[in-house]
Amino acid sequence: MADVILRNITKRFGTVEAVRELSLAINDGEFLVLLGPSGAGKTTTLRLITGLETPDAGSVMIDGRDVTHDPPGSRDIAFVFQQYSLYPHLTVYDNLAFPLRSPARRVPGPVIRKRVEQTAELLHIASKLNNRATRLSGGEMQRVAIGRALVRDPSIYLMDEPLSSLDAKLRSELRIELKRIQLELGATILYVTHDQVEAMTMASRIGVIKDGQLLQLGTPREIYESPSSSYVASRLGTPQINFLPARLLSDVAVPPETETVGIRTEHLKVGARNGGRMVGRVHRVEHLGEQNHVHLDYKGEMLVTLADPHQQPLEAGQEVELHLVHPLYFDRAGQRIPAVIH
Amino acid sequence: MTAALAKSTAHSIVEASPRSKAVAGSLVILYAVITILPLLWIVATAFKSQSDAIAYPPKVIFEPTLEGYVNLFTVRTRQTPDFIAKLPPPETWYDKLVRQRDMVIAGPSKVVPRFVNSLIIGFGSTFLAVFLGTLAAYAFSRFRIPLADDLLFFILSTRMMPPVAVAIPIYLMYRQLNLTDTRLGMILLYTAVNVSLAVWLLKGFIDEIPREYEEAALVDGYTRLQALRKVVLPQAVTGIAATAIFCLIFSWNEYAFAVLLTSGEAQTMPPFIPFIIGEGGQDWPAVAAATTLFVVPIVLFTVLLRKHLLRGITFGAVRK
Repeated sequence: MADVILRNITKRFGTVEAVRELSLAINDGEFLVLLGPSGAGKTTTLRLITGLETPDAGSVMIDGRDVTHDPPGSRDIAFVFQQYSLYPHLTVYDNLAFPLRSPARRVPGPVIRKRVEQTAELLHIASKLNNRATRLSGGEMQRVAIGRALVRDPSIYLMDEPLSSLDAKLRSELRIELKRIQLELGATILYVTHDQVEAMTMASRIGVIKDGQLLQLGTPREIYESPSSSYVASRLGTPQINFLPARLLSDVAVPPETETVGIRTEHLKVGARNGGRMVGRVHRVEHLGEQNHVHLDYKGEMLVTLADPHQQPLEAGQEVELHLVHPLYFDRAGQRIPAVIH
Repeated sequence: MTAALAKSTAHSIVEASPRSKAVAGSLVILYAVITILPLLWIVATAFKSQSDAIAYPPKVIFEPTLEGYVNLFTVRTRQTPDFIAKLPPPETWYDKLVRQRDMVIAGPSKVVPRFVNSLIIGFGSTFLAVFLGTLAAYAFSRFRIPLADDLLFFILSTRMMPPVAVAIPIYLMYRQLNLTDTRLGMILLYTAVNVSLAVWLLKGFIDEIPREYEEAALVDGYTRLQALRKVVLPQAVTGIAATAIFCLIFSWNEYAFAVLLTSGEAQTMPPFIPFIIGEGGQDWPAVAAATTLFVVPIVLFTVLLRKHLLRGITFGAVRK
């Protein structure tokens, strides 16, 4: 395992700047998640680290060595692709052994067998080793795909949305397993996803990326609690953070320069009318079982928050009092303004 | 009972009704009969005597003889019955058969060397065309090649002219290069014609193989050529087999250039067969025998590769 450093990486495809001046340091043993929408440059970043693409500017260092112009095979990286990762003409065993049989590595036969069996054990696919890769379920295929990376002991594992093609149940299972495996192996992983739950649950640190630029880097807690911009704030949290124009809050104290106020569900307390000045109307209630999504109309803006159906049986049309508790403030450019102490 | 009843009355959208199945089946059988009939006629004619072969109305039932095959493989001379009577008794069944017609075998005919020519030229050019085509198709499919579309069109355009249009220039070229009537010349010519087809067909197949497969291999420490061999080719087998069959059928059956450029040493079967002459004109049973033998390698080759053709596209490990 080793650390990976990207310095001012830029990559253009024609006129499109896929990655712009991106700098990032991945520490040894860290599970770093790059979170961003599709087209944000996440996959390109991974491909630049592997050497499947060459950057137009900037450099890639792995374990203190400049590998910017090295071919992919000599970088000691294992890559899990989003899909298309298993060779349909090979068995599960041969798929797993494939990276070890590479002529660049020359791993002796018995070692290959041992590594493949260990990995299969780790991923609970030991009984499938002799199956053809095409005869597996989606979850098993994805395990094998991850296994193809795990059989090696590379400097870093790069994973490109490895769980995105799976259904929700499998995704949550593999999420937990992946985190367990990472802790067991002490592996360095750079993981790319657009799924905030994956980012929140697995990451040691999250990097939020948009339009080829790294917007913020920090622990999941930091990113969630003190996002640097309204965009970063909107990437995390379900239901999504509400944005209210500050002018609608004339009767609530906000820092100067505030253009919008970001209100997560925990920033918004809903109660019966009791003389408070912020009054909204319940527009719609979505029952999700143990929780309700409450859509509130406040001066023509929609706010979504959570409510406990037993403690707060709200109904559409009802007028309620709203209280803001330490919301987030953003200026005209969407940058966060540190909260003033009330 | 009830299940069977339900099955017979229910109208499924995805499963064809028994009647439409029957209609489709009879159409297929009808088509098979129409296409197989000429072939059967040729196979039958090969076993007819010369007079049965040209009888009118055509004979469906006849006494089979191997004369056609014997005539195909031998050169014979006519002798007087007295001369034949003085000869020692015939050593083989075909000697005997020939003597019954007042002839003796003077030697083997040229059919075997012609057939060998066809095999060498057909399979040689097929191998070359598929080999070059695979490499070119891979390059077109994977690398950013300047003017790739124009190059591909140019490659295809070599196929647009009828052979007659280029026959004379090619003849002159070949005469200058001493390639007329050589196997090498024919292999090169058929390869040149087939390679365009091979590039286009194979490019389609290779485009279908996700590049992530090779990229995974590259990251794992394989070189590009090793990745091509271990990852791309096994998955392109279906396409390669189909392409090889098309190429072989073309070069195997090619007539115009073969007539023009070969006469002796390198002559293939197509120009040879029509000129199998017997006494008093075309020896139809021998022609039919030659044709029958000529079809065999193509049928064998296709049957051998059928597994790959029918296996279809196995991108099952891919979730699209």
